Amino acid sequence: MSLLQVEDVVVQFGGVTAVNHATFEVVAGSVTGLIGPNGAGKTTCFNVITGLQRPTSGHVRFDGRDITRTAVHRRARRGIGRTFQRLEAFGSLTVADNVRVALDIHEGFRGIFRPGDHDVDELLERVGIAEYAAERADSIPTGTARLLELARALACQPRLLLLDEPSSGLDEAETEAFGALLVELAGEGCTVLMVEHDMDLVMSVCDEIHVLDFGSVIAAGTPAEIRVDPKVQRAYLGYSDEGQGAHVAESLDETKVLAR
Amino acid sequence: MDSFLSYTFIGLFTGAAYAIAASGLVLTYSTTRVFNIAHGAVGMVFAFVYWDFSQRQHMPAWLALALVLLVVAPAFGVFVQRVLTRGLGSQPIGVSLVVTVGILVGLIGVATQIWPPASRTVPQFFAGHLITLGNVVITWHQVLTVVLSGVVAGCLYLLLNRTRIGTAMRASVDNPDLLQLYGGRPQLVAALAWAIGTSLAALAGILLTPVIGLQYYDLTLLVISAYAAAMLGKLTSLPMTYVGAMGLGILQSYAVGYLPSAGNVAGLRAVVPTLFLFGIIVLLPQAPLRIGQVKGLVSAPVPTLGRASIWGGALVLFAMLLAVGLSTSNLLLLGTAATYAIVMLSLVLLTGYGGQVSLAQFTFAGVGAVAYAKIDQPNLFGLLVATLVAAAVGALVAIPVLRLTGLYLALATLAFAQLMDKLVFQASYAFQFNNPLHAERLSVLGLKIDGTGSYTVMMTIFFVLLALGVIAVRRGRLGRILIAMRDSQAACGTLGLDLRWLRVGLFAASAGIAGLAGALFAGLRGTIVANDFQFFASLLVLLVAVIWGVTSVTGAAIGGVFLMYLPVAQSDHANIAGLLFALLGFGAVALGRDPNGLANKIFGFNSWVVDRLYPALAERYPGMALRSRTDEWDGAVDGVDDESLAASGTEVERDVVVAG
Amino acid sequence: MSIPILEVVDLHAAYGRIEVLRGVDLRVPRGAVVALLGPNGAGKSTLLKVISGQMEQTSGDIHLAGVHVAGAKPDELARLGLTTVPEGRSVFPNLSVEENLQLMSYAGVPASQVLDTAYSYFPRLHERRYQLAGTLSGGEQQMLALARALTSDPALLLLDELSMGLAPLIVDELYETVGQIAQTGVSILVVEQFARTALRIADYAAVMSGGRVVATGEPDEIGSIMADVILGGVA
Repeated sequence: MSLLQVEDVVVQFGGVTAVNHATFEVVAGSVTGLIGPNGAGKTTCFNVITGLQRPTSGHVRFDGRDITRTAVHRRARRGIGRTFQRLEAFGSLTVADNVRVALDIHEGFRGIFRPGDHDVDELLERVGIAEYAAERADSIPTGTARLLELARALACQPRLLLLDEPSSGLDEAETEAFGALLVELAGEGCTVLMVEHDMDLVMSVCDEIHVLDFGSVIAAGTPAEIRVDPKVQRAYLGYSDEGQGAHVAESLDETKVLAR
Repeated sequence: MDSFLSYTFIGLFTGAAYAIAASGLVLTYSTTRVFNIAHGAVGMVFAFVYWDFSQRQHMPAWLALALVLLVVAPAFGVFVQRVLTRGLGSQPIGVSLVVTVGILVGLIGVATQIWPPASRTVPQFFAGHLITLGNVVITWHQVLTVVLSGVVAGCLYLLLNRTRIGTAMRASVDNPDLLQLYGGRPQLVAALAWAIGTSLAALAGILLTPVIGLQYYDLTLLVISAYAAAMLGKLTSLPMTYVGAMGLGILQSYAVGYLPSAGNVAGLRAVVPTLFLFGIIVLLPQAPLRIGQVKGLVSAPVPTLGRASIWGGALVLFAMLLAVGLSTSNLLLLGTAATYAIVMLSLVLLTGYGGQVSLAQFTFAGVGAVAYAKIDQPNLFGLLVATLVAAAVGALVAIPVLRLTGLYLALATLAFAQLMDKLVFQASYAFQFNNPLHAERLSVLGLKIDGTGSYTVMMTIFFVLLALGVIAVRRGRLGRILIAMRDSQAACGTLGLDLRWLRVGLFAASAGIAGLAGALFAGLRGTIVANDFQFFASLLVLLVAVIWGVTSVTGAAIGGVFLMYLPVAQSDHANIAGLLFALLGFGAVALGRDPNGLANKIFGFNSWVVDRLYPALAERYPGMALRSRTDEWDGAVDGVDDESLAASGTEVERDVVVAG
Repeated sequence: MSIPILEVVDLHAAYGRIEVLRGVDLRVPRGAVVALLGPNGAGKSTLLKVISGQMEQTSGDIHLAGVHVAGAKPDELARLGLTTVPEGRSVFPNLSVEENLQLMSYAGVPASQVLDTAYSYFPRLHERRYQLAGTLSGGEQQMLALARALTSDPALLLLDELSMGLAPLIVDELYETVGQIAQTGVSILVVEQFARTALRIADYAAVMSGGRVVATGEPDEIGSIMADVILGGVA
């Protein structure tokens, strides 16, 4: 069953079309990847889904309901959480307070009776940044801040989690742990939609991948299908003469060696 | 029909002057993103300069005009852009509001210092020359103004569309960084925009002076009309600004001509620009949530409740000592200081924690005072009602601008303050014109607090209790949410926070605190008049709060005493009264970029002693066993970070070499 | 060997506490086209920002034609002959095409000559000269941006991600123009995510990763490893 449906969404800024009739679905309980070259409109899609950007035309459905015109905070309350590509951590609060504030917002008045800081510690522990708890959020490394945004989003117990380039700034081991966490989350019923440039990560954790180019979905399928799709090759490496795509596909299969 | 025609002509004249002022505002705002609240004050000062040149120094009118418009005003504009407001465009909107309010107050100070209050007249241009059309009489001055507004529009059109620097000006509206990559000089463009903008404010001021008189405040408030007109063009479109200005001028003229000149609606005639501004602000479309990299602010330290209680207790004890020792008139001053301090507490909540700016905080105090006097219940119940009334009014101001942010909310409060000053406070259900209201002193739980000394102590207790409340909010859930909202609206929204209603609630709470201060003040004085709550006082409260630190309760306490002392100092040293305003205004310009203010410098003293002074002494006199604090943690993180990335870097290099 | 038009030595730069450039060394020989490739977040755009004066380095040196430039503002560098076409749509959307072109005359070429050159390369811009740049298609906007590279007679041209969000055919067209500019002897440093497109016109190529230049060489050598670097999982 699809949890999220993006239907024929168009976003125009002035004369430039950032998203051009994009249509895709995210299946409940899956980890879905949204990939594509720079400027393909991935972040704009996220903004449309979370309500930060109103589409020029088209619809967004969440859990069967049309939320195209729903306010940002209502979508969040229905269960859409996200992280940001350009960090939006609360810089003047500590790492622990960042998560605490998310719990405060999520729980509303009920939260007044929240017993202790158990939840906060647990969330920080889960994403693996408990050691930074007392640091100010604007003084931690990028990768850590991304994990903090993840912890903050998880505090609101989202049903759909949108992650915008979550692994940039993480090292190899952290990326691996992060991938495992995503799979675990999906298993618990938190569907994940992720924009990501780390192909190893995308290929290893995603159930399905949508490829966006010039604002349109040019391919969709399992990692194995995407890997050999010539359209995807072309989108990533540029327009090229016939025949070269196959060569690249081969080299793609071979390359697993490079660390960041 | 004749009167209709002549009102139309008067409206066109006023509208033309508004258009000149408003186009200057649009020019400066759109090129540098600094909204100049002092635009009207600039016009006021240069009207005085023109008077000085033409009347006092007896220069010919044309020479005086040329000197002002082509030399003095542009030079001042460049000075403001280069020195006072440089780099403000990229700062939070609150900072640029505070700085330009500082300039406004500073300019009024300068004007009163150089040209002390006296009767001055500026004759019309071509005085005595009239044009008669049937029964309608038009002065050459009016015709000149309309012609000049056309000339200004034409020149601006040519400048912006037919010259490279004008094209560069429009380009820098789009993208100043890119203009720089093109080889253009954004600083030059900005300086030119401010030179022209200032000159246009001066021209509008000079043209309007013969009609509205050479006064400090009326010309300063010209800015509201200019905003209203500029807002129709969304602060960027010059043609729409002209349409707005002309429409507003004519509307105002008809209001003067056709609305009754007596009764409760009489005041309406004076507030047409304000209502116009309100209307346009309300009709503006929803502002999107801002997304962007967030830099945290360094806040003043927040004391624990226990520690704050000890300080509060000490403060109350000190007030008791003073209550015994001081004369009644000095006690009244102390009570006034407590009033100001409580109003500043309301700003700590709103501006210091919430990041919103209000230019009407003392007006809310006035609402509380009037409510307290009118319901005539001098007890805690009456106080509560006064507080709630002020809070409700605060919510009423915030709700229409719910969808908008920063600048527009601040402008709405300015319009509101103006509306209250001119319309509501003057009406029969409030003060009426110059009519004092009587209020009795408070009784707490049946105990009448009659003596000025005990009343002052009680006000201090109120201040301490509210301060503890504000600290508790800051340390609690709500405080965290407020800081989060200030840091990133987009993140708060996507976590499920309804920013709009939080903002309204915050605004209402802040107005309520100010209203409480007003009610207490009414009891202190016994009689209050509309003049006690003029909008100008709100500006002073804001500036003093920012100077002493709008992020801390200590700042509010010191600021309250400081603001109480200001008029005392002014009456003691009447010859430098204006200078003190100027110092205050330009002090805020200097300190406005750091909301933590001077109070934070005091907090920093201790750690300065430990971190800087001790090590320095220890180095010089090794014998002294002084210990310094070191920030080990910081260094450690940097080291680890660099190392891991450095390691991964070499790995990539190796691999690539192998692959190649 | 003559003095290179651009030499970058051990350049470091940071956003706040986050170091993005960790000791970059790079040379652009006079008259050469150098393609700077690498995965997202490698620091390519940051490097261009530092070279063009939009961002300050924390340490390291930049020499332009042998002259050490330090603390120069972007507009000063631009008037000295450094033309930068930044990432994204680098035109003024609320200005007409012709006004955009007029602003390109800051580098010293008369406005009329700018218009002539631009229109002869891109006749489509002439058709749309009174249209607001913001209403042009993405490819047309990029042509307009590239017109500045054509008309300002630069000593060094920095191109950042010309292809972003554009259809492959249009990208090819744009790079044909870049090739023409290169043939007139202009030195070019081009940052591009479409490795193959950029390598076609390049004389040399460099690969950045993790804030450093990790490989340099002939286009062919570099081309053979690029698929690995970009799609192979280097974050």
